[in-house]
Amino acid sequence: MRRSIKFLIFTSILLALFVSLPFHACRTQKNAASGNRLEMAALRNLHITDLCLVTEARYTRHPAVTDLHAAFQEHPTALEHFPSGSFILPKISGNSDQ
Amino acid sequence: MKRSVERHLNILDFTLASLSRRKAKNLSLLAMYLLVIFILASLQFFVTALKREAATILQDAPDMVVQRLVAGRQDVVPQDYAAEIGKIRGVTSVTPRLWGYYYDSLNGANYTIMASDDVQPESASVGSGVAGVRNLAVGDLLPLMSYDKIPVMLDINSIFSSKSDLIAADLILVSREDFRQLFNFPANQATDLAVNVRNQEELATVASKIVALYPDSRPILKSEIRRTYQSIFDWRGGMTLIILASALLSFIIFAWDKATGLSAEERKEIGILKSIGWETSDVLLLKFWEGSAISLTAFLAGVVLAYGHVFFLSAPLFVQALKGWSVIYPEFHLVPVVDPYQLSVLFFLTVVPYTVATVIPCWRAATIDPDAAMRY
Repeated sequence: MRRSIKFLIFTSILLALFVSLPFHACRTQKNAASGNRLEMAALRNLHITDLCLVTEARYTRHPAVTDLHAAFQEHPTALEHFPSGSFILPKISGNSDQ
Repeated sequence: MKRSVERHLNILDFTLASLSRRKAKNLSLLAMYLLVIFILASLQFFVTALKREAATILQDAPDMVVQRLVAGRQDVVPQDYAAEIGKIRGVTSVTPRLWGYYYDSLNGANYTIMASDDVQPESASVGSGVAGVRNLAVGDLLPLMSYDKIPVMLDINSIFSSKSDLIAADLILVSREDFRQLFNFPANQATDLAVNVRNQEELATVASKIVALYPDSRPILKSEIRRTYQSIFDWRGGMTLIILASALLSFIIFAWDKATGLSAEERKEIGILKSIGWETSDVLLLKFWEGSAISLTAFLAGVVLAYGHVFFLSAPLFVQALKGWSVIYPEFHLVPVVDPYQLSVLFFLTVVPYTVATVIPCWRAATIDPDAAMRY
């Protein structure tokens, strides 16, 4: 078989996989919406305000309800030192930062 | 038509043969190109999926969380506040929330402990992360040490599945009585208040009324909570950008050097091709196919691999960066999201510039006299 044909077949397979990604995503979204509904409903009744992304520091575990200065309040000259603080930005200023 | 297809196939054959002559150089370029697209696409999938999860979960968040500040720090809220806030016109419900953190000295993990009316005294429901680090099963006893140094024994009622990790990996749900006993929490006080309002348009008005009523209170609106999660892991901020920018810049310099700087050998090749009868358009087509073969393969394979990395393998490459010093780390069973706009941006920022950068110097070389090109 010619090299060009082999290459075009290989690229077509990759392209088919690429094009199938949105379809797979849509299907998984539909399945996720129907499965695990009971447990999620029970958890949602708790008035959850934050996602459990990292658990090492209070201000990265609950960034939505934390103080802006929480990262620096351990002692008067404290520096922010938890690694996840580099990735999780503090919340944008609003009327909660009074 | 058939002749045109045949011409393209012939040129593609020649391109692939030409690429395979410089196998090591082109394979290393392809690998690096693929790696850059893989990392960028992984990050994009990860962040987009997290934002979607946040939007879904925060649909049920209270309209407003009211905290109390003492000397600028968050403090407990007297339950009298709840009664008074409930009287404000438009407020439908005020729920005092009891929650806090428990540091487990046995393994160095931090748990989020929350009181729930659905949990019986002396029992608990725990997240899969807690069950994992404490090796717990349903029916086991979980001993926690209270602030009075009295052990609180909790019977494990249920363990949340790992599918709920994004909400509950580190969560321990206990009864209100056990919560107060564990933290020696003052009676008639709450950690904060979850407030719901009938008309969303009135949220800001209700918030200002609460601040007027209790100047030491701090209302956090649902829109602000949403905005926090929209800005989290934002590409424009944090270490992510610095790390990625340095990797991306190195790649751009490498690719630019490879694509624009025609070697003497390549110039000679163009000269020979022209002297044996190739048109300038044929040479440009050859270079176009060369650029496309590398960049298109890297783009398609990079995006497909990134999808598998984030949604099938739970993004193991990001674990170390995000985990930090966390003992409990949630398994990210993210629901896939594909944003065509972001993929298009990635395509136009990577594939198009590379292909153009390959074609332009060849066009300059291909338009000069073949004799001069061979002698260069």
